[in-house]
Parts: sequence; C-alpha cells; structure tokens
Amino acid sequence: MPANRFNNFTDYGIGIGLRAPHYDHILSRKPVVDWFEIISENFMIDGGRPLHILDQILEQYRVVQHGVSMYFGSAGRPDREHLRRLKDLVKRTGTPWVSDHLCWGSVDGRYTHDLLPMPYTFEAAKITAQKIQEVRDFLEVPVAVENVSSYAEYHVSEMTEWEFLNEVVERADCGILLDVNNIYVSSRNHSFDPLTYINSVPADRVAQIHIAGHSKFQKYILDTHDHPVIDPVWKLYDRAIQRAGHTATLLEWDDSIPSFQEVQDEALKANRFLAETQLGVAV
Amino acid sequence: MRLASLQKAVARAVMQPLTRNERMQRTTPRGGRMSAYAARFIKPNNRLTSFERLEIYNRQYWFRLLSSMIEDFPGLRAVLGERRFESMSKAYLTECPSRSFTLRNLGAHLEEWLHQHPNWIRDKQVLALDMLRLEWADIEAFDGKAETALRSEDLNGIAGPGLRLRIQPYVRLLKLHYPVDDLLLEVKEGHDESADFASNAFQERRKRSKVRAVAKLKPAQVFLVVHRVDFSVYFRRIKQEEYLLLGALRNGKPIERAIEVAFRKSSVPTADRAEFVQHSFQTWATLGWFCRPDENVRGEKSREERA
Repeated sequence: MPANRFNNFTDYGIGIGLRAPHYDHILSRKPVVDWFEIISENFMIDGGRPLHILDQILEQYRVVQHGVSMYFGSAGRPDREHLRRLKDLVKRTGTPWVSDHLCWGSVDGRYTHDLLPMPYTFEAAKITAQKIQEVRDFLEVPVAVENVSSYAEYHVSEMTEWEFLNEVVERADCGILLDVNNIYVSSRNHSFDPLTYINSVPADRVAQIHIAGHSKFQKYILDTHDHPVIDPVWKLYDRAIQRAGHTATLLEWDDSIPSFQEVQDEALKANRFLAETQLGVAV
Repeated sequence: MRLASLQKAVARAVMQPLTRNERMQRTTPRGGRMSAYAARFIKPNNRLTSFERLEIYNRQYWFRLLSSMIEDFPGLRAVLGERRFESMSKAYLTECPSRSFTLRNLGAHLEEWLHQHPNWIRDKQVLALDMLRLEWADIEAFDGKAETALRSEDLNGIAGPGLRLRIQPYVRLLKLHYPVDDLLLEVKEGHDESADFASNAFQERRKRSKVRAVAKLKPAQVFLVVHRVDFSVYFRRIKQEEYLLLGALRNGKPIERAIEVAFRKSSVPTADRAEFVQHSFQTWATLGWFCRPDENVRGEKSREERA
C-alpha cells in the first residue's frame, strides 16, 4: 500500500524539509537523509544561489516538491506562469509526485499568500477536483492534496472536512498528503474527534504524511511549525500509518528553526512507529 | 452562497487593513458592521465569535505581508523610519495587493507606486527612491537568470566592427544620488534573511528588527553595478564612463557606438581612453558580466564575413 500510484510507486522513508539555515550543514556534512522536501515556490526562479544549492542537493539526495500557492480550491483558473515555472522545476528535480494544499488563497488574480479553508460544498469539491486534474495533466506527475489546519468554518458547508477531502480526491482521482498535525489542530479548533478523521481517510490514496508542531493560544491552536511534535499528534500518526502502512513521512519545521541535528532527531522519532507497521497493516 | 462569491467576500475582509492596535476593523469598507458581515458566512463556536475567527486570517494576512516587506526593504525602512515604513507598506499593499504566486514579487510595483504617492517619502524622496531601487536590484541580482558567460574563444570570427555584446540578465546598473550602497550594507549587518515561507506556518510574533539610525548621508553621485559572484550579490562602484558604456551595450549598441556614448562628455584624456576601455572590458569579462553571443548572431556574422 505505501508504494502506490499517488506517490509514483516509490517507497520513501523519513524526510526533512530543506530550509536555508541548514544548507551549509547539509552540503558540508552530507548527513544521511532519505529525502528532502522543498517548497516549490522558493525555487521557481530564473537563477542564482537557491537553484545552485538545489542542484547540489539533487546530486546526492532525493527531493520531493511541496507547494504553497497553487490554491486548488480558488474559484479562478490556475495561473499559467505558475504552472510553467512549476513544470520546469518538476523536470529539474525529478520529483516523483507534487503536493499542495486543499485550500484557496487567491481571488481575481489577487493573492492572500495564506491557506484559507474551503467551504465543504459539492460545488467546491467539483471545482477543486477539476483544477487538480488540470494541474496533474499539465505537470505529468501524480498530485497529492494536503489537508490544512483551519480556524474558521462556513455556514454553507454541506459535509465534514474529511467527507469533503474524500469527495475531492475521489472526483480528481488524486493522492492525499495527510497532515496529522493539521488534523489535530483543526480538531481542537472545531471540536471533532481527530481519530474519526484519520479513520475516514481512504488509506490507499495516502501518498505522504506530514508531522509538525504547533502553538497553543487561549482560545485556539495555530499551526506554526515551530515546536517539536506533541504526543497526541504522534498517536494520530501511529494510527495513520497503521492504516496506510509504511508511508513517506516528513517533519515540517519552518519557524524558530533549530539545528539540523535537532530537526533530524525529531523526524527520526517516526521510526518507532514505522517499525511496528512493518509487522502488518490495520484497516 | 456560490464558491466565487464566498471567496470574494472573505478575501475582502481578510485583505482589509488592520486597526492601529493590529485588530480587525469594526466596520467594512462599505460602512457596515464587520461582526454582521462575518456572521453571514463564518460559523461561531463556543470560544470564538464569527468576527474573531475571521480576524485570525485578517491578522495573518497583514503580519505575513508586512514581514515580507520588512525582510525585502530593510534599507527603505531605515530611511523612512519604522512607523512611516509600516504605514506606507499598508497603503501600498491595499492599493497594489500581490498579483504573483510568490512573495518575492511583493515589492515589484513599489517604485512606480511611490512616484504616484510621493507624500510617503516627502522629505527624503531622492534618498528613499535610491534605496528602493538598490534593494529591488539586490533582489533581482540574487535570483536573476545567468546565461553562459562569454569566453575569449567565443569571439573568434565575430570580433570586429558592429559587434554587440550582451550583458548578463542578473546584472543591474544604477545611477544613484546618495551612497546608499554603504548605508544598506550597514543596515543589513546582522539582518536575519533565513526565514522561509513554508506550508501553513504563520508568524504570530512580528519580526521587529531594530531599525538602525540612518546616518545623515550627504548627496554624492554613485554609479553602481549590482551583480553576483559565486552566487553572492555584490555592489561594485564604477565610473560614469563605465556606467554609460555598460548601459549602451545593454541597450544593444555596437561596441564602437557604445564607446562613443561613454566618452561624449568624459574628462578622461583621449590618450588614456583605449587603455580605460581595455581595462574595463577585461574586468567585466573576468566577472562574467558578458553573455556568450547567440548561435544565430554568430552565424549571421560569419555569413556577413563570407559575403
């Protein structure tokens, strides 16, 4: 199950997000890392140091692309310049799949640069699925959509978030980047059982898993990617891989970034759970 | 409510400027109550009202974009001062919201916008525009396209009258009225450029790097090339003749015509000009500023010579 058509039949293990403060460490020490995830938009440029670093990384490591601004859920059409640059990068990295978020963030060509939550309606699912298909057909690589953390819900929603996710991925026939931290954050913000969400996800479509830390505020939790993963999120991760199997897993740490070693140590904690899944997959 | 209508309504609220206290405004742009507006499409829960839930996104939007402006234009911020820079950024982003998938392009229209709204830089117009042009050149030189650099053997068969040399796309030429290159280096010292915008990470805490006091710069004409060596951006001061020569080459003038332009009002003695030009070209070629000529240009030249 882990190597599936949504991750191009790969069997990647634990990866780490490639971030600028770690470039020197990675290039000089060459740590053993199964794969790196890059933020596509950081490398969709014409030249210079970022692409030079990326090329050096590509000489030694496997890279998977993760985007933050395709906005599959925005009502407008995809930006052609964005698609063209993304495809150029896909050719450069040889990424087996690309992922971006199940959200919206642009209106009439104006960008919020945020991951805004979808209204969970059938109309939105249809529009989003069409866009995912269009992007996948253009890029010619499998696409996985990531569930986002959210702080608001809409009156117009006709289903739960996990039902919406299922509706979209079935319609688009695409993969899922399951972010278990986002499920935890949203479950606290919207008072639902995160295990219900995890257990409802079509396990055979999970291409990749994200884990991360977050920040607690008085009345809500914010997905900040600036802390270690907390135990309740590890438990959700455990359940997710019991269902999906030994899946490519990525630790996100994007703010207050500690040393590479600290990030890697945190990411490798996933091994405790992955080792157990070798014994069998639950459903 | 249809998807497109809902997204327009939410975006309108999310992109509306914050109050002085960095909270969501109580009224909508059309004068209605924001709480009622938010309640039309956002569900409340047992801890947060519709207004408060929408406010989280409103604040995220402005914190993220203002952080990006601070990161991209620390020099302009130092020139204008923290408060005026922030007010100016809010006004700019309100009138010119991002139209690019990447935050890298957030300041792309700032110079044009400041020409239309000079009140934001009223007492420091020339200095502020100099600094802005330098900082934008810095961004473009950092990740601009590099073509294959010219080698001496590339000139075989094409050197001679009418030869046009192309300048690397990442090289930026600036004529400045203040030595803002020195000031920017001072401001950037210790500036954190390591932050990545990634995934859903949101910065609640604002980056409030201390604005350094701007030394009272005296006007001084500076001709500057913003370029890069080994993927690091450098500022290189050049002479006026070099600036004119490079500019003429970039505009597609043949070398002999570019040299004419460069020395039209020059104080360099005529006897020294050949050496001046030779030295300049050697330096620029060493720095990789010239691109290898297109194959079709080289082909055309060869055909002309054969004819």
